[in-house]
Amino acid sequence: MAVTEQQRRAYVAAQAADARVNVELQTEDMVLNIGPQHPATHGTLRVVARLDGEQVVWADVVCGYMHRGYEKLTEVRTYPQITTLVNRIDWLSSFANEVPFILAAEKLMEIEAPPRAQYIRTILFELARIANITLFIGTMGADLGAITPVFYAFRDRERILNQIEAVTGGRFHPNFDRIGGLKDDLPRGWIDETKNAMVRVREFCDELEELLMGNEIFQARARGIGVIPADVGLAYGLSGANIRASGIDWDLRRDQDLPLAWKDLDWKVWTHPDGDSFARFWVRLQETREASKMVDQMLDGLPAGSIQAKVPRIIKVPAGEAWVHTENPLGEMGYYIVSQGGLGPFRCKIRSASFNNVSILPWVLRGTYVPDIITILASLYFILGDIDR
Amino acid sequence: MSSADTEEQEQQDAAVENDAAAEANAVRQEILDQLKAALGDAVVGEHIQGGDLWVRVNATDWRRAAEACKNAGFVYFDFLSGLDWMPSAPNPEDAETLSVEPEADADEAPDPEEAAEAEAEHEAEPQPSEAGTVAAFETAGGEPDSGWVTGVAGGETRFQVFARFHSPRRHIGVTVKADLDDESPAVASIHDIFYGAEWHERETWEMYGFVFEGHPDLRHIYLPGEFEGFPLRKDFPLLAREVKPWPGLVDVEDLPPAEEARQDAAINAAQEAEAGEGGS
Repeated sequence: MAVTEQQRRAYVAAQAADARVNVELQTEDMVLNIGPQHPATHGTLRVVARLDGEQVVWADVVCGYMHRGYEKLTEVRTYPQITTLVNRIDWLSSFANEVPFILAAEKLMEIEAPPRAQYIRTILFELARIANITLFIGTMGADLGAITPVFYAFRDRERILNQIEAVTGGRFHPNFDRIGGLKDDLPRGWIDETKNAMVRVREFCDELEELLMGNEIFQARARGIGVIPADVGLAYGLSGANIRASGIDWDLRRDQDLPLAWKDLDWKVWTHPDGDSFARFWVRLQETREASKMVDQMLDGLPAGSIQAKVPRIIKVPAGEAWVHTENPLGEMGYYIVSQGGLGPFRCKIRSASFNNVSILPWVLRGTYVPDIITILASLYFILGDIDR
Repeated sequence: MSSADTEEQEQQDAAVENDAAAEANAVRQEILDQLKAALGDAVVGEHIQGGDLWVRVNATDWRRAAEACKNAGFVYFDFLSGLDWMPSAPNPEDAETLSVEPEADADEAPDPEEAAEAEAEHEAEPQPSEAGTVAAFETAGGEPDSGWVTGVAGGETRFQVFARFHSPRRHIGVTVKADLDDESPAVASIHDIFYGAEWHERETWEMYGFVFEGHPDLRHIYLPGEFEGFPLRKDFPLLAREVKPWPGLVDVEDLPPAEEARQDAAINAAQEAEAGEGGS
């Protein structure tokens, strides 16, 4: 592969930095270590950046501080038990993790959940998205030095979590999806409460749009920072709002045929041509608003009927291989299940969004300045459990 | 609406569904032909099912396959990982626990007929395959090509590397597999074709021990640097299970007959109500 101009410059700068470190300053290195316990990493991610003055010449990402070995653990559990594990991958939108796994198992079993269950699944999926992205909107502000948005975000996310809790009994880990349907139906009065909550979500979006996006400092710190061209993003496997912010009009909710309610809804996929940190923030904010409208439509069109298809008491999945991916709040999440007809999967490859989203960091951090590291980390938006699995 | 009408409607729906499936598979066949034209003899296995496409290539042509996929429009990198087809019995108690009939349940059952029925149903269900595969493995004496199940698109060795690429324009994905050598699994790195593969190759290396030739920095990504062994290989013991069998297996026991009948009645009532609504 040809050496790009950027790489050549990075190499020269690194050599120069080494020479200075070793000869002039007589110190061991000029390495800036961010994390594993740093607020900007939202968990235990470690970024090691070698600096030339204020400029990053080389950066490496160290993960694995939270690796829990889920792919191995899935091999010794039964299908219904695995939802408990996958709940804890992206813990801010746990329900959304369960859905592709259950769909993959259902695909192999060739069963489909009844329409009402599909709708409730999609509603909870979108609520999980709103809960997750709401927090992103707040913490991105906090990472850039604006304290207020994060309080608003936590306040308004609570309303969504209350609605999720009212249905599933769990604020963070619902463990509510079952093969062939759902554990339970919606409680009485939930639809009206949720509609009220959706109104508040849109108010929150409007508020933050003015408060944060119109803010001059925020714009100065986010615009033109961490630009990712579309082809590079695709080759790194960037997905979700990160790739839509680079102008790729691709959303797995719209672009594939899944037994979920998205195909019945009227909604829009938002993209932004810039590919910078501001674009990523902007796309996510629009998506939150769009998701609240989708929930409204689904609540209006909720079909009646049962919430559970007839499945055997002991769930055995026929031999075969299936891949199902969905558009999760953080990006594309998929499960590749290899079944040999047993009670649990023979192999379950978990493709989580953040792992690929973060793998671009060494590329995108090269040549940036120290404060921009924080902006880029915040705007790429990752959940540690989703990187480390 | 008469039942004949509904039947006709259902048949039509099924026909439409079949057409859609056939169309989806035809598109995949087209892509497969395209890849075959680009790769020639390198393609050794293929599979099209349920709107998904699998291609198995020679390990020596792994890089070429990745390039061909990228040229065919599969520019988005989903994942890269490994497969170990060695049959596993991570929890040997699985088979035993399940083959024991829940006698206590039969005693408690208020209706002997129901209990007998439940028992018959339980027996009729195929036993888990773990016991079978373990036996097959033992008789095979560790030979990978006798009696090992190797998934779709086939396979001749214990290890396979597989990757998935997606086309965000056509909304189609392809899974590419390659057989690797049992003793020293190695394959060319594709990190400069799909940049995202760099981390996935590091992960696959540490989990399966596959060596990716040409990878710039093959080191641990999740596990500590001094870690020994390859955890996702089937012969790597899961220590927690060695010490204590998985207690969660009780979860797959039959429900008490009364509770099962109650749940069945609820599901049937709901389905009848739905059918009634649809028919009127």
